[in-house]
Amino acid sequence: MTENVRPLPSGPGADLPEHPKFLWRNPDPKPSYDVVIVGGGGHGLATAYYLAKNHGITNVAVLEKGWLAGGNMARNTTIIRSNYLWDESSGIYEHSLKLWEGLEEDLGYPILFSQRGVLNLAHSLQDVRDSVRRVNANRLNGIDAEWVDPAQVKELCPIVNISPDVRYPVLGATYQPRAGIAKHDYVAWGFARGANEYGIDLIQNCEVTGIDVVGGKVVGLQTTRGRIATGKVALAAAGHSSVLASMVGLSLPIQSHPLQALVSELLEPIHPTVVMSNAVHVYVSQAHKGELVMGAGIDSYNGYGQRGAFHIIERQMSAALELFPVFARAHLLRSWAGIVDTTPDASPIVGLTPIENLYLNCGWGTGGFKATPGVGWCFAHTVAHDQAHPYNAPFTLDRFTTGALVDEHGAAAVAH
Amino acid sequence: MQLIRCPWCGSREEVEFHYGGQAHVSYPENPAELSDAEWARYVFFRANPRGPLAERWVHAAGCRRWFNAVRDTSTHELLAVYRIGEPQPEVAR
Repeated sequence: MTENVRPLPSGPGADLPEHPKFLWRNPDPKPSYDVVIVGGGGHGLATAYYLAKNHGITNVAVLEKGWLAGGNMARNTTIIRSNYLWDESSGIYEHSLKLWEGLEEDLGYPILFSQRGVLNLAHSLQDVRDSVRRVNANRLNGIDAEWVDPAQVKELCPIVNISPDVRYPVLGATYQPRAGIAKHDYVAWGFARGANEYGIDLIQNCEVTGIDVVGGKVVGLQTTRGRIATGKVALAAAGHSSVLASMVGLSLPIQSHPLQALVSELLEPIHPTVVMSNAVHVYVSQAHKGELVMGAGIDSYNGYGQRGAFHIIERQMSAALELFPVFARAHLLRSWAGIVDTTPDASPIVGLTPIENLYLNCGWGTGGFKATPGVGWCFAHTVAHDQAHPYNAPFTLDRFTTGALVDEHGAAAVAH
Repeated sequence: MQLIRCPWCGSREEVEFHYGGQAHVSYPENPAELSDAEWARYVFFRANPRGPLAERWVHAAGCRRWFNAVRDTSTHELLAVYRIGEPQPEVAR
């Protein structure tokens, strides 16, 4: 036996492959950065990635109080679409959808983006009128949208119950073929990996406890891992935005609510598309692995507890069963809640604040996942140029004073 | 589902109630003199703390009366309930 020969592996697990390569470093915070992004969810990570990629700004930290993408990014129902009513929304959501279409190649990382189409069901005459109007608005904005009748709904998704003998019969639907779903964790990991490759520090278990403002200008952050000096701060903290903004005396027109979702056990592929229903209030798709993924409406009260009430799920299940009687024997595997930041007009707030070098991205409420690449792109632009990108220019904080609201309650799908 | 104590009917299940948002938001005294920013604040801005929040509830499927409550938004625990017109009780966090 010579010294060069490694001994054969022994012991349990010794024949398993090595741990895969880590997708990002886990650095300690540096004393200072050019830009600090608060919130290591999808929006924060995408903003970091595009700051580096589009604007060459790489002396950047993303601070996350828990673990990367463990908040709403891990809790959403992964639906991606751009069929919103108003021109302002069409701009940013369609920009996002176009980025989704090239994202896997751009990131060099699989995200399981599946353009399986989204049906938004109409259950009343008013629903039908509003939906047809929205289809026409979408088409004028160059967004693929169709009005389909109940028979076509059945063709696209054979398990939907289109019988007229139910409490809220299906009278038709809007259909966006380019819409779909993606694997939310992979999306976050892809952006995190990309940002890390540009040298951006992703700092976990680092909660912001104070924002240092000198002469109306942000100069640094107090965190549970020490003070960090920075030229610019970009807030991307979703449900906790009000808490952060209150640190600088800024109040926001936001109410944070629990929003619940759940998955079934793994099932054979039975659901080929995504079905959403505003009126009976459930939205369903089937994940690649086989779980039925279903989202509910928000819990009515303000809450930060990341859990909701059982009767919300009960109602959501009764709605799901009426639409999909075939689900009657499926078992619930787990349910959870995220904290969503709802605004009065169901549109986001993305842009500058009254405090210099403090930028705000919040108010995506119940539908922020679909916007991940689009808002990352636009928010990075806003931070880099101290000026809103044309796509997020309408979504200012002061629209609640000027009255230029972008009312998307009809297209937001989750009532609040 | 949690039990909510209606100040008139006692503890009932949450489904019997509707939520009314932040309490003690009164209509502006001089509406004609309000600036746009002040109107915005009255119409669109409500407290959104992580912690105790004074808020309105209505016992919709019971006595149908409104009342106020202080609830911790981080645990959803009701810390106090009190009738309309009564002062907001001090609650220990």
